[in-house]
Amino acid sequence: MAVVLAGITLAGYLTYRALQENLLYFFSPSQVVAGEAPQRTFRLGGMVVEGSLKREPGTLNVSFVVTDNVHSVPVKYDRVLPNLFREGAGAVIIGRLNDEGEFVGDEVIAKHDENYMPPEVAEALENARAAQGE
Amino acid sequence: MIPEFGQLALALALCLALVQGTLPLVGAARGRADWMAVARPAAAGQFVFVAIAFGALVYAFLSDDFSVLFVAQHSNSALPVFYKATAAWGGHEGSMLLWIAVLAVWTLAVAAGSRSQPQEFSSRVLGVLGIVSAGVIAFALLTSNPFTRLIPAAADGNDLNPLLQDPGMIFHPPTLYVGYVGMAVPFAFAVAALLTGRLDKNWAKWTRPWTVVAWLFLTGGITLGSWWAYYELGWGGWWFWDPVENSSFMPWLMATALLHSLAVTERRGIFKSWTVLLAIAAFSLSLLGTFLTRAGVMISVHAFASDPTRGLFILGLLAIFSGGALALYAARARNLEAEGGFKLVSREAFLLANNVLLVIATGVVLLGTLAPLIVEALGLGKISVGPPYFNLMFLLPALPLVALIGVGMHAGWRMMPGDALARRLRGPAVAALAIGVAAPFVFFDSASVLTTFAVSIALWVALSSLLDPMRRLVFRTGAPLTRGQIGMSLAHFGVGVFMLGATVASAYNFERDFAARPGDTIEAGGYEIVFNGIRSVEGPNFVADEAEIELRDGDELIGILRPQVRTYRVQTEPMTEAAIDTNMLRDVFVALGEPLGDNAWSLRLRVKPLIRLLWIGAGLMALGGLVAVTDKRYRVAVRQPAPAAAQPVEAA
Repeated sequence: MAVVLAGITLAGYLTYRALQENLLYFFSPSQVVAGEAPQRTFRLGGMVVEGSLKREPGTLNVSFVVTDNVHSVPVKYDRVLPNLFREGAGAVIIGRLNDEGEFVGDEVIAKHDENYMPPEVAEALENARAAQGE
Repeated sequence: MIPEFGQLALALALCLALVQGTLPLVGAARGRADWMAVARPAAAGQFVFVAIAFGALVYAFLSDDFSVLFVAQHSNSALPVFYKATAAWGGHEGSMLLWIAVLAVWTLAVAAGSRSQPQEFSSRVLGVLGIVSAGVIAFALLTSNPFTRLIPAAADGNDLNPLLQDPGMIFHPPTLYVGYVGMAVPFAFAVAALLTGRLDKNWAKWTRPWTVVAWLFLTGGITLGSWWAYYELGWGGWWFWDPVENSSFMPWLMATALLHSLAVTERRGIFKSWTVLLAIAAFSLSLLGTFLTRAGVMISVHAFASDPTRGLFILGLLAIFSGGALALYAARARNLEAEGGFKLVSREAFLLANNVLLVIATGVVLLGTLAPLIVEALGLGKISVGPPYFNLMFLLPALPLVALIGVGMHAGWRMMPGDALARRLRGPAVAALAIGVAAPFVFFDSASVLTTFAVSIALWVALSSLLDPMRRLVFRTGAPLTRGQIGMSLAHFGVGVFMLGATVASAYNFERDFAARPGDTIEAGGYEIVFNGIRSVEGPNFVADEAEIELRDGDELIGILRPQVRTYRVQTEPMTEAAIDTNMLRDVFVALGEPLGDNAWSLRLRVKPLIRLLWIGAGLMALGGLVAVTDKRYRVAVRQPAPAAAQPVEAA
């Protein structure tokens, strides 16, 4: 009985740790600017600012700015962008902050419908608007 | 006029489903043979009306009837005819109608195939299926009517999502749904048996072939989906632990557990209440999957349609079906008596371990899938659970599970002397370990402990599965194998092949994104990639930039790859069409990205060794199920007493 109990406790602990290490939290640009974002990997979401997409010609290196219409965060990325990535549309990026306060992306998440806004981004925009109105 | 006709047919099907879901059940409780006799005609009538409704929707697509909202949203006059027909399930409303149609086919098959069973039992089974059908048809009519008119009619349609304009999309959803919805059948058998109060070997014997057929379609459907995602989504991955993938994978895990548990119940009359619970759980997870897919609660690569009110409706159905079945179970389970015992080393014990590990694996996937919902509901923020969690936590139960297959399938019922078992299995175990340790170094120059371990286990299962067929075919000793045994060996061999493919393709996957100008040669992954340039090509309803890429190994030209980025005329977002050079040993996968300026384009290269084995292995699992279900003992059970309804089970 004690062995079973110990086994269950251990399994529960391992599950907890595995979850803990692999949870990706979502943060909006306003939260990042306010310093609420962690040093480890998280998801950043918002609108890609029109005209902010800069590419080092002939290479995969790009930079762009993500905003919730109140605050903005610069993003760097060096892989193939998803098909539906474009300026003025919503995007979610997985990555981490570097020392210069830039967000270095590992993955930009594709969305499949051009009218479809990632729900977190919609909420981030809404929250930012509400915060500004106060 | 035709769409109204379809809607009317669906409403009539609902009426018949309500009849089918009430009269036979009441009749069975009161011993009224005439009420019970209503079940089969009601099922047949429901099938006819559902078929009319489905036909009406397909007709609306084929005839470009853009006065129907669903057609206007998901089709276009320029869409190739083939895709017009399959666009019928290219969106939420049509998917639900497909769900209903698949259930109607299953119900009809059960009605035809259950004539040899006692009327009291078969009418309860059909009654339960009627209730399920009524719930889902009501859902479709009230929240997701595919026949809703668009007034004024659109001049042309919004087109089918380009991702779905692919042959894989034609077969993936129906196959998956046949499996998914088919879980309603063992569920209905379990509830009927609880109502009757007789959960015996016969019940298990009747349930088993239906479960196998549903399982093999589910296996095939998931495999097709994975294959489609691999070549169509353009990322080169084959499994993303996406909520929608998980929602078909969890019923599969449960159905696999159910299959094995049913084997014990049929043979030995034990594990009864466990088997019932698994049947209820498998169907509940199918419904939960429908909820997760259709309710828009998940951010997913598959999230095409979403609406919260639909989610509440499905959650309500889930509560009624699963809650009702569990309440019935709680009331009746005490009457279940085991008809025998077993020893620690016996097939029963191994199958028990199989079940426990599969349930743990399901729990792990369920936890990871629902954690974002739970955390958000508790107001703790927005999270997502990354693939590393699933990879790690799923492997923990999966590795011992697969390792145990190799032993368990050779263990006898009741008990087995441990030393006899060890003697038989020594050979394959040593061989698997030796190859597993050596091969990664020989072919890939490196190996982690986990890779070595996983390759060894995969080989071990594959070799162990061949023992019985080899003994029979090569040495011609022992008893002839039944179809059931051949199917089992084949399916388990498939598990080994699958695991070998999955392990090697993941561990020795080469991937790189790079920028290339016309004329550039890139050395990567053991190959030379020569980028010859881009040209414009035109398809029936799209234009595309097409790259020409030479794949070379030294001086030898292996092949020319032509990946495309398509722009469809109506839905203008660009779509990647990857190009794959494939053979049994490896896939070279190239996707074209975007122009980078300065005449350069981004390219994405993947080299995946042995990835074909992954799909071949999954196919072998399904094939094993198909062979097993043609076993003599099921055919006899179905055909014998009712030659008039000679509907073989496998035809379902």
